[in-house]
Amino acid sequence: MVLVFLQAVAVAVIKKSTIALVALYVIINNQSHAAVLAEDRIDVLYHNYDGGGITIDGPSVLVRKSIGNTTSISANYYIDSISSASIDAITQASSYNEKRTQKSISIDYLYDKSIMSYSYTNSTENDFEAVTHSFNISQETFGGLSTISLGYSAGNNHISKSTDNIFSQNADTKDYRLSLSQVFTKNFLMGLTYEVITDEGFLNNPYRQVRYISPSDPNATIFQDEKYPKTRTSNATSINFRYYLPYRAAVYGGYRYFTDTWDIEADTFDIGYVHPYQNNWIFDVSLRFYSQTRASFFSSLFPFVDAQNYLASDKELSTFSSNAISAGATYSIKKEKLSFFEKGTLNFYLDRFSYNYDDFLDTTVTGITPGTEPAYKFSANVIRFYLSLWF
Amino acid sequence: MKRSLFLFFFIIVNSGCSAEPWVKPYERAHLADPIMSFDRDPVSSAYIEHVHDTREGARGAGISSGGGCGCN
Repeated sequence: MVLVFLQAVAVAVIKKSTIALVALYVIINNQSHAAVLAEDRIDVLYHNYDGGGITIDGPSVLVRKSIGNTTSISANYYIDSISSASIDAITQASSYNEKRTQKSISIDYLYDKSIMSYSYTNSTENDFEAVTHSFNISQETFGGLSTISLGYSAGNNHISKSTDNIFSQNADTKDYRLSLSQVFTKNFLMGLTYEVITDEGFLNNPYRQVRYISPSDPNATIFQDEKYPKTRTSNATSINFRYYLPYRAAVYGGYRYFTDTWDIEADTFDIGYVHPYQNNWIFDVSLRFYSQTRASFFSSLFPFVDAQNYLASDKELSTFSSNAISAGATYSIKKEKLSFFEKGTLNFYLDRFSYNYDDFLDTTVTGITPGTEPAYKFSANVIRFYLSLWF
Repeated sequence: MKRSLFLFFFIIVNSGCSAEPWVKPYERAHLADPIMSFDRDPVSSAYIEHVHDTREGARGAGISSGGGCGCN
């Protein structure tokens, strides 16, 4: 009897607390601010990369438009026109030209404090096709001071070879993202992101090869195809901040720590300063520092054929560091010059990159004992020039 | 009790302490300034991230997603 009475009281308490909590939820939600969709805009960008014997340029056009108050769609058309005489191309094959075209569409749906997104991306080259589906949900909380986002992407790559009609391979990629954006004060906000990416399939470049010492002549080398593991899982964690200074300007920066199952470990730091000037100019300067350790199966020169289960000599998998300095200017176009549009900006950014490799050797240097070549290094300039219009 | 706890955490996560945010909406003018945006121009930041991704072993925890390589 006592037990029944206690159960009845407990149920009553739970029901009461449930009603109270539901009421609290309704009150809080009514006091909170809803999330907002991205603004309607058009961006037309020209990009140019020039360095290490490679020139890549082309346009990127992004259009975003709302439909009603809850939906926003966007489309991006992007081209890389590549002319390559890189160290890989000239030491293992010959220079080449090719084009990569990337098309993507996305849809965002706003519901109260949540935004749900889906995007589809297709990237095509003459010997490579990638399709990616991405899903994302973000939720504002703590009165709009925090935004939590969860994302998942699934991609499939089909790899072929322009010199071999029979060659056909696939690779699948899965990507999981969790991020938090947090307002700390009226001048300070931070972002935290954790991302896991897994790959499975043919992960190496079908054209690239590795060197090994000729068994008949220690001063000569022979090439064989490189061979990567069939799987890779990587973890990346980043933290970023922006701080509004006592005058109208901001400093920003961030750090990313990266590891993967190929034993690559990388650190990335960046810091920048953005300074508006006379209402219609914004200047932006930043520095970026990157360093990584090599993959466990990387070597610039192997002692004999099939020296390991996996073989790679790609400079992207070597031990190296790079630094970059970026400077940019944004000019706000006067309203009277924009008939249909609400706002417009012209933007120009110049980035200067320097790459310094520790164990990727410059094999364009000949006439010396293999393995004693100097470490490779190169610099590159990147231009971004774009027009942005809001409507 | 479990249901109450679940509801309590649901409220915390979904709308949490938002009843009294420590930075009031009328104090967010600086945060709303475009110079405080993590991604002011997505077309530009996606491109520069692609430049990094194709030349470095590290990837992820950034802005761009999807796409091919263009880096052979």
